[in-house]
Amino acid sequence: MSTPWYRRLSDGLSRSREHLGGQLNVLLRKGPDLDAAFWEELEDTLIAGDMGATAVTEVVERLRDAAARKALPDAHAVLDHLAGELAAEFPTDSDFLKHPPVTVLVVGVNGTGKTTTVGKLAKEAADAGHVVLLGSGDTFRAAAGEQLDIWADRAGVPMVKRDRGADPAAVVFDTIAEAKRGGAAVTLIDTAGRLHTSADLMRELEKVQRVAERESEAPVKVLLVMDATTGQNGLAQAREFDSALGVDGIALTKLDGTAKGGIAVAIARELRLPILRIGVGEGIEDLKPFDPLDFTRALIGEV
Amino acid sequence: MFDNLSKRLQDIFSNLTGKGRLSEADVDAAMREIRLALLEADVNFKVVKEFVAVVRERAVGEDVMRSLTPGQTVVGIVLDELTNLLGGTSARLTLTNRIPNVILLVGLQGSGKTTAAAKLANHLRKQGKRPLMVACDIYRPAAIEQLETLGRELGIPVFRGEGADAAGIASAGVKEAVSTMRDVVLVDTAGRLHIDEEMMDEAVRIKTAVSPDQILMVVDAMTGQDAVNTADAFAQRVDFDGVLMTKLDGDARGGAALSVRNVTGKPIVFASVGEKLDALEPFYPDRMAKRILGMGDVVGLIEKARDTIDADDAEALEQKLRTAAFTLDDFLVQLRQIKKMGGVTSLLGMLPGAGKLKGGVPEVDERQLDRVAAIIHSMTPQERAKPQVINGSRRQRIANGSGVTVTEVNQLLKQFAEVRKLMKQFQKDGGKRLRGLKLPPGFGQLG
Ligand SMILES: Nc1nc2c(ncn2[C@@H]2O[C@H](COP(=O)(O)OP(=O)(O)OP(=O)(O)O)[C@@H](O)[C@H]2O)c(=O)[nH]1
Ligand SMILES: Nc1nc2c(ncn2[C@@H]2O[C@H](COP(=O)(O)OP(=O)(O)OP(=O)(O)O)[C@@H](O)[C@H]2O)c(=O)[nH]1
Ligand SMILES: [Mg+2]
Ligand SMILES: [Mg+2]
Repeated sequence: MSTPWYRRLSDGLSRSREHLGGQLNVLLRKGPDLDAAFWEELEDTLIAGDMGATAVTEVVERLRDAAARKALPDAHAVLDHLAGELAAEFPTDSDFLKHPPVTVLVVGVNGTGKTTTVGKLAKEAADAGHVVLLGSGDTFRAAAGEQLDIWADRAGVPMVKRDRGADPAAVVFDTIAEAKRGGAAVTLIDTAGRLHTSADLMRELEKVQRVAERESEAPVKVLLVMDATTGQNGLAQAREFDSALGVDGIALTKLDGTAKGGIAVAIARELRLPILRIGVGEGIEDLKPFDPLDFTRALIGEV
Repeated sequence: MFDNLSKRLQDIFSNLTGKGRLSEADVDAAMREIRLALLEADVNFKVVKEFVAVVRERAVGEDVMRSLTPGQTVVGIVLDELTNLLGGTSARLTLTNRIPNVILLVGLQGSGKTTAAAKLANHLRKQGKRPLMVACDIYRPAAIEQLETLGRELGIPVFRGEGADAAGIASAGVKEAVSTMRDVVLVDTAGRLHIDEEMMDEAVRIKTAVSPDQILMVVDAMTGQDAVNTADAFAQRVDFDGVLMTKLDGDARGGAALSVRNVTGKPIVFASVGEKLDALEPFYPDRMAKRILGMGDVVGLIEKARDTIDADDAEALEQKLRTAAFTLDDFLVQLRQIKKMGGVTSLLGMLPGAGKLKGGVPEVDERQLDRVAAIIHSMTPQERAKPQVINGSRRQRIANGSGVTVTEVNQLLKQFAEVRKLMKQFQKDGGKRLRGLKLPPGFGQLG
């Protein structure tokens, strides 16, 4: 594994990370013996990565079958096979973030990294030579506008905002008007964090989307920002945001920690949502493309 | 998914042969369900392993099979153990006599520290304290403005220091509290990864600078398996005193609570249940246990049953059910208890094999219960104990007395006879013939 983001990860290796990595070494040291203990440890490793017991049981069962059928020679072969299989679960839709003009609504539950991701994406798009505009659709949280302001500065792009407490749909209206006026190719709209269980706030977001779709000449896409430390609740989050808005892609943040983000596999299996970016830090450059195989190898511990 | 662990366990146990002995396979199956339910709730897999071992031991030891409702008995054990592990009774924030008291908040990025600082300040002010909040997050864009805005909203002062030394700002904040007569200081810090050595060092420096009376780790209820690693690292480096769990207003099961508690032994002190500044509650281990099991309602029923039904009564009833000495009087007692329990469950829930009911325990029609009670009330004690003496003229009298038709009386008697027969049958074949049995109207139908 020599992708830059992984090297970043391995550079910051900690005791706990080594500990998790150690689990794999145990797996590998088992050598060619695919005994009951091997399969159990593999299950534990995947569960520890938040893939979810149901998905893990299914996947490992299938893998045992395949190992027997294809006469996979040893643990290495089995794990390689598994990494490939899991990676294949992720749809490889085209990346709308790279195809302006586009208006992107950035949504998700509280504290996942939406505002930070908007800042990082702004830099990425600006670096690619696009005209970028940010809209601060979080009019609820204290200093959300100020936070995005700073990111806009860092990325060197303009931003539209209103006073705290204003109607987020109105901010979206203003932002898109400004995008048309200024010829923005990439319009990124930050929204307030909200739990998928809050019917009112989800309705508010639907309204924001309606206004965006009505006003925007560019296609309107929904980017769901998810925190990699999230466990099984991530599936409910993805389901609810998807059914309310229709999610077009996911950004998986905080992969620079020790969490593996395995819930993304369960989400991919059920909802066929592509992961478009991963967040690997708090800096403006810490946003990377998603590589399914790197991701599943890290999940299995095979790195 | 696992919204009904109770039902799953009952399904498993209802397949038993009724010989009062539990096979290894039955226990395994039950433990598998418990394991899955806990994993689904994000309890760390190692913690789950330990936990299941404890439950297994207790389940086998307590002769689960001698209970008429082994499924519920096991759920009861799981609930007990979970509650215990989560801390038994609810813990409280302990302040000292020192003035000012210093409370330090630490945790991962985005877990809810800044919001929690404001909530705690608000909470303490309600208790007559004069809080000061200190903004030590010098990294995140607009983190200080965020705390200042919250402070303005609450009318609670916020100290913001100069420079790029969080520990220095923290101690300046405490000095500020002394000179402005503030008696409790809430120190908000930047979010940090447990593997970020530099940032963890900074947390230790802040701690050393202000010697907090309480260090709270703020943990997001949606956290998955990794909660053990983060909590363990924070416990080792900053040795926090308690946990404040956030975002419990969502539908996350919150198994992280158990993981954190298990690896650190620290109590969970507060539950944060919303973005508004008054959305802070004490943490209740028993509620959390139910939440983790994802079966609030079902467990609620068991609890209610426990509270309502005298243990001796329940035992006597069990005995009667076993020997088929169940009378209409017993039936009436049951009806009363059902009413006391709020009428949401039924006698059926307590009958062996009830786990086989399609769609769970049926809703009971309250009016129907009243009619059945009225019918039984119109019987003489002798008739209640020995329903077979109730002949045609007695039926007419009972119907007149209770304001129902003779047909309804007949129906009740017939069904009661069947219930009794079922009891006997259950003795013989472990309840296999429960299927297809007709029950009193309003009691639903056995699958
Ligand atoms: N380590 C790490 N931290 C991140 C990453 N992305 C965001 N963060 C941090 O996570 C915290 C929350 O990020 P925000 O961008 O404010 O999250 P948000 O989703 O906008 O939050 P709300 O608007 O309050 O719902 C901040 O401290 C960020 O610096 C990442 O990829 N890695
Ligand atoms: N629904 C809900 N949201 C919460 C709760 N507590 C905090 N939040 C939200 O979670 C997001 C992050 O909260 P913050 O207080 O900024 O988190 P933090 O730990 O200070 O974040 P960093 O300083 O960036 O590490 C905000 O949108 C808060 O409004 C809660 O109990 N329920
Ligand atoms: Mg935000
Ligand atoms: Mg903060």
